[in-house]
Amino acid sequence: MALLEVENLTIQFYTDDGVVRAVDGVSYEIEAGETVGLVGESGAGKSVASRALLGLLEDGEVVAGEVRFDGRNLLELSSARLREIRGNEIAIAFQDADAALNPAYTVGEQIAEAIRAHETVTDTAARERSIALLERVGIPEPASRYTDYPHQFSSGMCQRAIIAIALACDPDLLIVDEPTRGLDVTVQAQLLELLEDLSADGEMAIQLVSHDLGVVADQCERVLVIYAGKIVERGPVEDLFYEPKHPYTAGLLASIPRIGDGRDRLASIPGRMPTRVQRPTGCQFHPRCPYAEAVCARRDPELVDTATGTPVDDGEPDREGPTTHAAACHEHTGDLEEGLDYEVRIVDSTDDDGCGESASDPGDDSAAVDNPSHEGELR
Amino acid sequence: MSLGTYALRRTLLAVPVLVGVSAITFSFVHLVPGDAIDVLAGFQGVDPEARDALREEYGLDDPIWRQYLAWVTDVLALEFGESPITGRDVGATIAERLPRTLALGVAAWLLSLAIGIPAGIVAALNHGRPADELTRLGALAGIATPNFWLGLVLLFIFGVHLGWVRVTPPDAGLASLEMLWFMVLPTITLGTASAALITRLLRASMARELQKAYVRTARAKGLRERTVVLKHVLRNSLTAVVTVAGLQLAILVDGAVVVEQVFAWPGMGQLVVDAVDQRDVPLIQASVLVIAVAVVLANLLVDLVYAALDPRVRYR
Repeated sequence: MALLEVENLTIQFYTDDGVVRAVDGVSYEIEAGETVGLVGESGAGKSVASRALLGLLEDGEVVAGEVRFDGRNLLELSSARLREIRGNEIAIAFQDADAALNPAYTVGEQIAEAIRAHETVTDTAARERSIALLERVGIPEPASRYTDYPHQFSSGMCQRAIIAIALACDPDLLIVDEPTRGLDVTVQAQLLELLEDLSADGEMAIQLVSHDLGVVADQCERVLVIYAGKIVERGPVEDLFYEPKHPYTAGLLASIPRIGDGRDRLASIPGRMPTRVQRPTGCQFHPRCPYAEAVCARRDPELVDTATGTPVDDGEPDREGPTTHAAACHEHTGDLEEGLDYEVRIVDSTDDDGCGESASDPGDDSAAVDNPSHEGELR
Repeated sequence: MSLGTYALRRTLLAVPVLVGVSAITFSFVHLVPGDAIDVLAGFQGVDPEARDALREEYGLDDPIWRQYLAWVTDVLALEFGESPITGRDVGATIAERLPRTLALGVAAWLLSLAIGIPAGIVAALNHGRPADELTRLGALAGIATPNFWLGLVLLFIFGVHLGWVRVTPPDAGLASLEMLWFMVLPTITLGTASAALITRLLRASMARELQKAYVRTARAKGLRERTVVLKHVLRNSLTAVVTVAGLQLAILVDGAVVVEQVFAWPGMGQLVVDAVDQRDVPLIQASVLVIAVAVVLANLLVDLVYAALDPRVRYR
């Protein structure tokens, strides 16, 4: 039994324009100590799905599915029991850290309060632990920073403080939502280092939510790619990067800028993700997909094992469990006539950026995606 | 900047304002049409000797700044002179009326907070649900009801009909049980509209505050909903209420003329109206000064409470 098992999670929002299905039958699992990435464009449903795990949806509603954590279905727990889990066993570090901190209380108090909420500790003990947490997330002079207010912190420091709050009670699962959004590149790098340290401890499972495939590549063992509320591809991070099996993943890879790749302009995926009430028929990605055929508009492809073409979501045990490389594209059930027509070119990172970084991470080596039929890039 | 430093700085800043206020109040005597002596004598015919005596007494031949300094010195010693109309000491008259007005005003103010804040919280937490609609209707009725009418109706029901309370103030000390019992109806009358206003203000600002990201962070920590609302959301929502409640506190000092009339309450409101009626300039001057000082102090209080609620104010 995995630490977290999400099954067929379906979330709807009710808007003036009609019902919006933000998350549509998402299933995944996270083992204890594992770091898993959730990737997709803004509005793909990844943040909503993460918040729903702890019942923190403000206006949406979970209409189907199960979220089992340590064997308990979180969606059925009483609010008192759920409160015991929040911040204690599962913690979320939200995006937009500046806004996620209360301006009226000191940063230290906001950490200490999380400790006091779950443990019987003296105020002094909570304070000391909070200072230690500030130090752990890399805030210099943590003792004097304890009494600072959020507006005295930079955005990067606020993001660290938010992570410190999430770490307050040593959670078994840490959900980090867009940790690098809106931060300077150098600050981003420092935060990613912090996350790497946290996942390297191996004690804590991390669900890393990001729109940035590069961020996820550095941190995660496995990646889930979400498009329009559905998982379109999942697998170990190397497989996904070197052999993207879904055109959307390939498009995301092609849109990562790399130094020295000789491109004049960044590749982008044309069109926009359907998020509102009006949804395309069949595969949600087909209006933007350069390889779409008639079948794509007719039938929604299932998430299938890319090696065997058998569905992975039908309740049968996977061939290799959650590490099966699966994608939801008709290509893998043999339904596409032309097939996917892109090549993945592995660029050695030492040639690529010349920074002499270690090439052990798949994110450092980069997989460039070329598409001969589309002027050399997937656009 | 610590709260103490901020409070000291802000208090010092109130001093020049008070100087300005006193200068304007002082100049009333000279701004009113007619000779200053006529103004001070209450526009009653005075014979030339009496005029000279007054001129001497008030130092009207001195340069204006010396007159001002002399006046300020007196005012600081709470010497406001005598009323030319009643011949009574102005300071003593105000000292007699002000506590009554303050007692009623503060009671009404506390009542409006005691009703407005919980009602506002309930309304914001039940946004769009029956409880919200109920407080909305209540607030609407509270704001729409003229207070003199409310006062009369309350008096009619509880004073005349049921006989639970007297219709005029008892001849007893302000702190006596009898007097406190009598004050119940005027307090309700005076506090209702403010309570309604505070309810609506707090509901609006709290509904806005509940949408903010930090509320989600607080919930994600596993805090009780009560802690999330009362510790995190309420504190940030109160700033809107503080502004209005502070200014209302200032307004209370000048007394509620109509309500005082209905309940025959001997407060500042009636005093000021009578003074204006009788062109009792020294009394008007003193009353205006008291009210102006109250407004300055209330503003000071608002700023200090602001700074206590929102640390960002102190660092600006």
